[in-house]
Amino acid sequence: MADYTYTLLIPLIPFFVFLLLGLTGHKMKPVVSGLIGTSGLGIAAILAYTTAFKYFWAGHVAGAAYTSLKAFEISWLHLTDKLTIHMGILIDPISVMMLVVITTVSLMVHIYSIGYMKGDPGFYRFFSFLSLFSFSMLGLVLATNIFQMYIFWELVGVSSFLLIGYYYDKPSAVAASKKAFIVTRFADLGFLIGILMLSFNTGTFDFQTLTDPHGPAITQAAGAAFMGMSVLTWSLIFIFVGGAGKSAMFPFHIWLPDAMEGPTPVSALIHAATMVVAGVYLVARLFPVFALGAPDALHVVAWIGGFSSLFAAVIACTQTDIKRVLAFSTMSQIGYMMLALGVSGFGGEEGLGFMASNFHLFTHAMFKALLFLGAGAVIHAVHSNEITDMGGLRKHLPITHITFLIACLTIAGIPPLSGFFSKDEILVAAFHANKMLFAIEYIVAGLTAFYMFRLYYGIFWGKNTHYHHTPHEAPKVMTIPLMILAFGSVFAGFLPFKDLVTSDGKAFESAIDYWIAVPSVLIGVVGILIATIMYKKETAIPDKVAGTLKHLYKWAHRKFYMDEVYLFVTRKIIFRYISVPLAWFDRHIVDGTMNGIAGITQYAAYSIKGLQSGKLQQYAFVFISGTIILVLIFVYLV
Amino acid sequence: MNFSDILTMRHELMLTLLALVVLIIDLNLHNRDKHLIIPITLSLFFIDTLVGFLPADKSVLFGGMYRTNGLLVLMKNILNIGVLIILLQSVTWLKKEENREKISEYFILLFSTLIGMNFMISSGDFLMFYLGLELATIPVAALAAYTHHQTKSAEAGIKLLLTSALSSGILLFGISLIYGSTGSIYFDTITELYKNSPMQVLAFIFFFTGMAFKLSLVPFHLWTADVYEGAPINVTSYLSVISKGAAAFILIIVMFTVFNTIAPVYNHILYLIAIITMTVGNLFALRQKNMKRFLAFSSIAQAGFILLGILGGNVMGMTSVIYFVLVYIFSNLGAFGVVSAISTVTGKESMDDYDGLYATNPRLSLLMMLALFSLAGIPPVAGFFGKFFLFASAASAGYYWLVFIAVLNATISLYYYLLVVKAMFINKNETPLAYFKSDLATRVGLILSGIGIFILGFWSQIYEVINSLSFGIIH
Repeated sequence: MADYTYTLLIPLIPFFVFLLLGLTGHKMKPVVSGLIGTSGLGIAAILAYTTAFKYFWAGHVAGAAYTSLKAFEISWLHLTDKLTIHMGILIDPISVMMLVVITTVSLMVHIYSIGYMKGDPGFYRFFSFLSLFSFSMLGLVLATNIFQMYIFWELVGVSSFLLIGYYYDKPSAVAASKKAFIVTRFADLGFLIGILMLSFNTGTFDFQTLTDPHGPAITQAAGAAFMGMSVLTWSLIFIFVGGAGKSAMFPFHIWLPDAMEGPTPVSALIHAATMVVAGVYLVARLFPVFALGAPDALHVVAWIGGFSSLFAAVIACTQTDIKRVLAFSTMSQIGYMMLALGVSGFGGEEGLGFMASNFHLFTHAMFKALLFLGAGAVIHAVHSNEITDMGGLRKHLPITHITFLIACLTIAGIPPLSGFFSKDEILVAAFHANKMLFAIEYIVAGLTAFYMFRLYYGIFWGKNTHYHHTPHEAPKVMTIPLMILAFGSVFAGFLPFKDLVTSDGKAFESAIDYWIAVPSVLIGVVGILIATIMYKKETAIPDKVAGTLKHLYKWAHRKFYMDEVYLFVTRKIIFRYISVPLAWFDRHIVDGTMNGIAGITQYAAYSIKGLQSGKLQQYAFVFISGTIILVLIFVYLV
Repeated sequence: MNFSDILTMRHELMLTLLALVVLIIDLNLHNRDKHLIIPITLSLFFIDTLVGFLPADKSVLFGGMYRTNGLLVLMKNILNIGVLIILLQSVTWLKKEENREKISEYFILLFSTLIGMNFMISSGDFLMFYLGLELATIPVAALAAYTHHQTKSAEAGIKLLLTSALSSGILLFGISLIYGSTGSIYFDTITELYKNSPMQVLAFIFFFTGMAFKLSLVPFHLWTADVYEGAPINVTSYLSVISKGAAAFILIIVMFTVFNTIAPVYNHILYLIAIITMTVGNLFALRQKNMKRFLAFSSIAQAGFILLGILGGNVMGMTSVIYFVLVYIFSNLGAFGVVSAISTVTGKESMDDYDGLYATNPRLSLLMMLALFSLAGIPPVAGFFGKFFLFASAASAGYYWLVFIAVLNATISLYYYLLVVKAMFINKNETPLAYFKSDLATRVGLILSGIGIFILGFWSQIYEVINSLSFGIIH
């Protein structure tokens, strides 16, 4: 067995960078603190790549299954002989894959931020928070047991709170970071309860013991039935609630769009590639328990995922803030991943969904980080988030334009870009499991292509907006990460995930199913075409043509009145009767409930204020009354 | 009384000696040299703290009035360390011109209350217990009125004196009923004779409300807000950390060793009080803008959590309470230390004054963040384990709903603790508090509490040591 002890450095380096910048950063020049943060993450990324190479190829016997191994473990808290909490590092296909994802995206975000945050008074503070977040996230994916995972899970929550709330210019940002925090905290409550139930039931926190297909956790621990489902199922559902909170699944998704108030590089890191997929990772980590021990819980995962992906895709069509479009798009894509896990079985080809989910997680991290960073470059250039303030930017921002286009094509599932491969696997997995979910995902695929290209045309084509200052391309330090991520988005699809990341560690074969792949590409193309007709042409047709070919122009201008049909379908039917009510439901019912809880608490706090009057006699009265009430209750009634 | 007995009682005897020495030195010092008392007392108390750690055997003195064992010594040592940190944090404030003449008063009063707490912890009968209680309470009232030229401080003192007289009266009534129904004041005898008769339940409730007053459990907490706000910050810190910690220690000892036979009854009471205390404490803390009041109210909510461990009713419950109090002392002293340092230098106590503190005083802010994370129970800081063990012990006794409510309350508390973190790290401020350098003693006090929070979170042996000692008490 190869020695992986050095992987300890991967989370520790960002941690020490955080300490260094946190304690001494204010004495450094801003550039120095940025370089320290970036180089620290760079070293971590190199170590992560080395680990991936060693684990998947160099240190691996061809044809053998990938096993999980503990690179390092210490007994941290010895509570009783049965119950000991460990801290360690678990190396297995999904954790190694996540190492690569996190370090890559984080490194790109670090480099990009040197340009994006330039001149910000809290430059070093920003980089120390970024390092803290990277540390927590790496610790989360490397956890050997669910308790350690919970600890880092909370750390991720706290550090993301600090990052989202970094900008305090707008009052809406204050509310946003509060909301993100409160919503995820309540979801985490479910996670904690789930952990306690699961460990109580199985007597272990350890992932290897828990997920052993022949181990006692799966074969014996179904537990007593409670309301029609086993205790194991309930505990997994509770754990999934925690995952749904972090991953912004319905109905816990409401924090995600608001969290866009944070700096854009933060959104790229947290809301595209790392923290929001923690929920997917959590389910993947416990996948054997879900699949073999509690298939009912897995159904919940599948339907929540499917519904969220559709719900978010529909809303994304109506948004005008470009970061919000991307936020809903993220929610929709994570819904895909959850659905893929939910429909998956365990072992061999049955585990196609598991593989597809991780595959999509990987490719999505690349192209969504690219989209966010690209959006950041656009916002950097025009100083607005609103799509209505943009247009015609392709001339001003050539590099951003090309990379953004690549990302849009990738997410739309156009072959041979990476998104095509991973999305196709998900569709195949869904097709074999549940036709209804499969149909939903087909619709979502079309909607995705549509809203992404609506965004693309709105930013880079469309009307020629007059800008106060001519927008200029971002500096190299920002465009280079874009190009690297674009490269990743294009080629990540050729990675042999079927051989590397599977539910049981063994490679399996499956060819592209053209009966599914071809229609899915077609539906993507249709989505793009509709977007093209609706959003590209508004100013693209020169007036000259209009003058000479009057009648033809009229038809053409009206897009052979297809526009009206589409407009009617989209605006009058989809927008008015589906999106708007959904958005209303989202804002008033789901949001309202959460806000209501906060309001009631405040009100209650206000209304008991009168008790604290400062009058001594009253205090004595309350004291004696309390005593007498206790006496009455316990001496006479009990 | 031979030498080994003196060693047995060393905590109480040395403190008494120390108080007398301070008094004598004070009498012989010229007015302008009074500040010399501070280093002398600090070094003497430091030695006292070290001596406290000498190994001690289980033993009983004065025919059962005074008893001691490893666990009780540990409790006293924990209190000593806490007091040492508070003394270090008070130095800057004591050196101020207006306090010069009364430096020795501060030390003598503080040591007197500590002696009282030590006697309470070691008491083997209700007489000793009551004497300790009064000794621990009355000097605190004088301490609260320490800056008596300020109306608020004087008001705090008199309010504390009057309300504690009321609670002592009720507690004494309870003790007399206990004596009346069992014919004994010795803990060992009472345990054997205590049953579930209405009079004994009544007696227990009277006793409990007296203790609830000390622990500021709701609805016996109303004195806290005024007293905490009026008293000087370091006294507030002493009241809400040491005094409360000691009360928790004593409550758990008495509950587990004297009243264990009526546990089924008192569990109901604790259940009710725990829920009310956590919730009301949180609701009050939510609205506070003054840092002193904020920490004071949040400490009420924390006291509610302690009851969970008592409800656990087993070794784990006892261990978890002691561990929690230990963590609580370090975390709260960290937070109070920062507030005190800032308030002494700048006079600012409002939460708004903390906006943007990280930009000017990063080290203070980081310590404050660590302390608040610990109070809020964010893993892996010590406070998380403190709460986790309490929840686990209550859950092991089957109180799932209570644990659920407690977790919910912990979540709410996280919100307001983070408000302060947010103010320091995120909120923008044109004119944040200027950078200042605290003096050596304050810094040592702050560093000690920071180290304490860290070590407790990462060094699990401490939990095991407490666990093994607790095992001796409950069979």
